Amino acid sequence: MTNREIILGRISEALKVAAPHPALQDNAAPVPVVSSPEKWLPPAGATLEEQVELFRQNAEALMAEFRACATVSEAIQYVKTLAAAGGWKKIGRHRGELTDSVAHELGLAEVQTDRGYAVDDLESCDAALTECEALVAQTGSVLVSAPSAGGRALSVLPPHHVVLARRNQMEPDLTAALQRVQQKFQNKFPSFLSFISGPSRTGDIERILVLGAHGPKKLTILLLP
Amino acid sequence: MSIVQVLERLGHTVDYPEAQTCCGQPPFNSGYWDEARTVAERQMAIFRYAETVVIASGSCGAMVKVFYPELFHGHPREAEAKALAAKTFEFSDFLVNQLGVLDVGAQFRGRATFHDGCHSLRELGSKKPPRQLLQHVQGLELVEMKEAETCCGFGGLFAVKFPMISTAMGEVKCASIADTGADYVISNDSSCLMQIRGVLDRQRKPVKTLHLAEVLAQT
Amino acid sequence: MNVYAKEFNASACRYTADLRHRDLIQKALAGYYAKRDEFKGRFQSWSGARDLAAEIKWEAVNHLDRYLDEFVSRLEARGAKVFWAPGAQEAQDYIVGVARQHKVRAIIKSKSMTAEEIHLNEALEKKGFEVAESDLGEYIVQLRKEPPYHLVFPAMHLTRQQISDLFHDKLNSEPTNNPEDLTMIARRIMRRKYCEADMGISGANFAIAETGMISITENEGNARLTTSLPKVHVALVGIEKVLPKLSDLALFLPMLATAGAGQSITCYNTLYGGPRQPGEPDGPEEFHVVLLDNHRTELLADAEQRDALHCIRCGACLNVCPIFKNVGGHSYGTTYQGPIGSVITPHLRGLQDWKHLSQASSLCGACTETCPVKINLHHHLLHNRRNAVRARPAFLEKLIQSGFVLLMRRPAFYQLAARVGRIAQPLQRLIRGTFFDPLRAWTKTRSFPPLAKKSFRELWRERKTP
Repeated sequence: MTNREIILGRISEALKVAAPHPALQDNAAPVPVVSSPEKWLPPAGATLEEQVELFRQNAEALMAEFRACATVSEAIQYVKTLAAAGGWKKIGRHRGELTDSVAHELGLAEVQTDRGYAVDDLESCDAALTECEALVAQTGSVLVSAPSAGGRALSVLPPHHVVLARRNQMEPDLTAALQRVQQKFQNKFPSFLSFISGPSRTGDIERILVLGAHGPKKLTILLLP
Repeated sequence: MSIVQVLERLGHTVDYPEAQTCCGQPPFNSGYWDEARTVAERQMAIFRYAETVVIASGSCGAMVKVFYPELFHGHPREAEAKALAAKTFEFSDFLVNQLGVLDVGAQFRGRATFHDGCHSLRELGSKKPPRQLLQHVQGLELVEMKEAETCCGFGGLFAVKFPMISTAMGEVKCASIADTGADYVISNDSSCLMQIRGVLDRQRKPVKTLHLAEVLAQT
Repeated sequence: MNVYAKEFNASACRYTADLRHRDLIQKALAGYYAKRDEFKGRFQSWSGARDLAAEIKWEAVNHLDRYLDEFVSRLEARGAKVFWAPGAQEAQDYIVGVARQHKVRAIIKSKSMTAEEIHLNEALEKKGFEVAESDLGEYIVQLRKEPPYHLVFPAMHLTRQQISDLFHDKLNSEPTNNPEDLTMIARRIMRRKYCEADMGISGANFAIAETGMISITENEGNARLTTSLPKVHVALVGIEKVLPKLSDLALFLPMLATAGAGQSITCYNTLYGGPRQPGEPDGPEEFHVVLLDNHRTELLADAEQRDALHCIRCGACLNVCPIFKNVGGHSYGTTYQGPIGSVITPHLRGLQDWKHLSQASSLCGACTETCPVKINLHHHLLHNRRNAVRARPAFLEKLIQSGFVLLMRRPAFYQLAARVGRIAQPLQRLIRGTFFDPLRAWTKTRSFPPLAKKSFRELWRERKTP
């Protein structure tokens, strides 16, 4: 017998006796299964404007920086100020419509990850510039994937992560964001997807919040039209 | 006796079957369910014809209402256990939810805090009734302690099987009581009061312990 | 009393008397309670969310074979290698085998309680592999050579001073009282290790059947780095971690964060579905998922306690348990602490050896009340007690319990006992707290109230006779 057969055999043997369904346990009539959690989770905002505002509040509560930019030029200007303030010498990025526009104007040394990279090169970058799959209003999160954010390490290794997102990428909640990628990839998923909610943090020392534990200490999200 | 006085003041007839002994919780909690069942069957027989059963303590109330059905699950006397569970009530739950009474005409001067016995709070789901009753006691100033819902550490035989943990829990409770500046701590479970009293006395604190019924019986 | 019970008692005695520890833990949790309640309050209905979470987990666990097969086939379709491990030994051997096969020199690891459970680090170290813990809390306790104190907060019991001293001692760093500086010390060290490691080991919080992905929840980013840079990624996953659908994460990620850490959502929630796919710039060349049974199927077979497998390892039950807060995580002496640990350890490691954890509880029920998936935790402690007694009744205790029953069946004896008690009480004062005192377990630390002069029964009778 293979290990698989052993374990599956144990499971099917164990499941011969039924365990009571939780809906029956409270001595009340069983409540029909409500399969979608939207009714219970925090509300997500009905209109795009509400969602953008909710996203702002949540992202800022998570210590991320959020700016809605009226044009791509405005975004470029802002990234330039970040670069100046941060003394950036080298950035990591991937090829993409938005990242190309911004990086071109920055004129800094670059590590482009698309075709692979040397780890030490990426490690010594001052910032990372990426796009994303979606923004999630309900939680203030950015959903990235390997194709949309230049791989796995780009959005977590350099100390400042800048995300360029479009308004039509705003989703109300996690359910919608997950549905979006399911529809987009149709089961040909990339190997990596991640919800990023704020800069990296830890509370392991006396439960005191410290930012930049291993991942980026700063997260800037720019919303473009 | 306070419970009897309050219920009679509200116009009810109270009977006390003298043959009763114990609900069977100690053997049940220790894992001796067969022995617990023997004791429980006796209690069930004694109360078979009672219209309503009122219990002074949350832990006994929980034993009858919540655990008797589990103890007799699949047993020939399961229906009887469920019937007794359905007509048994802890005292404050009975007054507020069954009789719809909030004001029993009690008077008691003093600053007090209420300790939620775990069985009453969680097994019986009773957080508001004791407080609602106490809020209508004339002259009583009720303050909430931070650790009101934290277990006092009695837990039945736990108190003597793991005395060091039980005592530490009692100390946390008493520290929270002290923080309120209350002169009295009230609860609806005598075992909890015994534990809290035991720690307070050792600490030589002047705070007095009172059962909810004793306060409600005062006029 | 077996050795584990003795060690538990000894440790509990030390910790419960340690007021500094009591204070530290209370302070550590105070912030958690406030934040947890704040974020619970934002849910339209936390209780509705719990009901749904309990139902989803019931569905997953009660159809575990079907969902595991679905999970595995989708993973394998993307090139991941799946190993089914019936027990700890097989899991250890497999992972050591992978390390050997790739001639691994440096291993970096992100937090995994499952790896603790099978003592994976020791197994690897015995075979000559060095394993670096990347999670800050785990790194700290690894340096101290002690097990994690709490499922979610491994170093909760330490002050910044202790951590500074530790770093100064082991890493030669400058002493500092600043948590940020201390964190940066660890960050600098870890960055080198991420870049140099050739194998990354992780756990998983969830295994999504529908899409064949594991989901890892973390705040620091160390798991993301552990699984991005090394050329081999091994994930150790308990078989019970299964969730049926990808959309289930929309409920579980916020609940895990709120109940577990008092956060609205944890910083990184990452889905891994395979090794580096064609066209991807980075990621491991090989992705191994080790599915671990290790007695979980025995717990599964206990239909009464099967819901203990619904656990999402949030640690909320530890955070509200007065026993945990007073005896501390290390007293449990086993991988999983607190109420969930007390419930499942007898199943994972043996009932007779570990029943004492189920006994060391006042059954207050705070754990059951707080559990996001509604596991009937404190009632399972009762079930463990009953099962332990049925399997091996202790002669003396059974005698006492039978005596109790006898007393309770004869009201005359019961009243006699009460009368004797009343008479004996003044005598008891003479021997109170000493060896001869039968009540000394109580009276050593608490006073015993004087028994009422008249019993209720006597008062009642007096009322009746005019």
